[in-house]
Amino acid sequence: MLLAPALFVSAVLFTLGVAGVLLRRNAIVIFMCVELMLNAVNLTFVALAQQLGVGGQIFVFFVMAVAAAEAAVGLAILLAIYRHRQTLNLQNINLLKG
Amino acid sequence: MTPTVIVFWAFGGLAVWSGYLCITRRNPVASALWLVVTLFALAALFVLLDAQFIAVLQVLVYAGAIMVLFLFVIMLLNIGRAARSDIKGAWGLGVGVLLSGLLMVQLLALRFGAPPPQLALPADAMARAAAEQGMVAAVARPLFSTYLVPFEITSVLLLAALVGAVVLAKRRL
Repeated sequence: MLLAPALFVSAVLFTLGVAGVLLRRNAIVIFMCVELMLNAVNLTFVALAQQLGVGGQIFVFFVMAVAAAEAAVGLAILLAIYRHRQTLNLQNINLLKG
Repeated sequence: MTPTVIVFWAFGGLAVWSGYLCITRRNPVASALWLVVTLFALAALFVLLDAQFIAVLQVLVYAGAIMVLFLFVIMLLNIGRAARSDIKGAWGLGVGVLLSGLLMVQLLALRFGAPPPQLALPADAMARAAAEQGMVAAVARPLFSTYLVPFEITSVLLLAALVGAVVLAKRRL
């Protein structure tokens, strides 16, 4: 069965997403890494849906809708930040730092 | 190893490799394009896991719409040519790799937990439901009956995101 390989690939992809968020400083790349994590979770949902019924596939719909909403709002926020500070490097966006 | 398993590992390896390239490329455009490759490989995995309709949605919505939005913003802000790498220095790199390695060990340990037997359907339950009702109907029927309320709430969420994006991105209202 494909459940174990799917969960393996999903775990590795999720870890890659987390590593990207931890390692990069460019806000847009960090955002793409979040999408990578969402996709890894989608793979888990689909793999388990094959065994546990269609509910997992339905949940992938909702994850996709949330990802689309998040991308729209997040990229708008990045646009607004860039307009104020002329950079997307998170090192230079330190307004809250004391 | 049946042919299905071999194809699965091929596309799984492609997804992991392009995901690795996505988080290590210096140029954000290259990162985005490698992420698109990952999304296509994941769509292939979805087909192998009896989720053809989800695979089509993955290509249409993720690779087609969301990634175009990303590339559009990257090119709008003209950050495509990064002068130097934005990956953190030695300390940040070490801590990040350590933490994500720890997470990977924990996630791979989870892989050995099988679902409880009273939950498991027959092995080909999804394939059989798709053969009986059609691929789209097998997903759509529960979506519009059991999961109707979450579905409607999702439409409100999308409307809120739409209004929020316009408010945030507009220079002055």
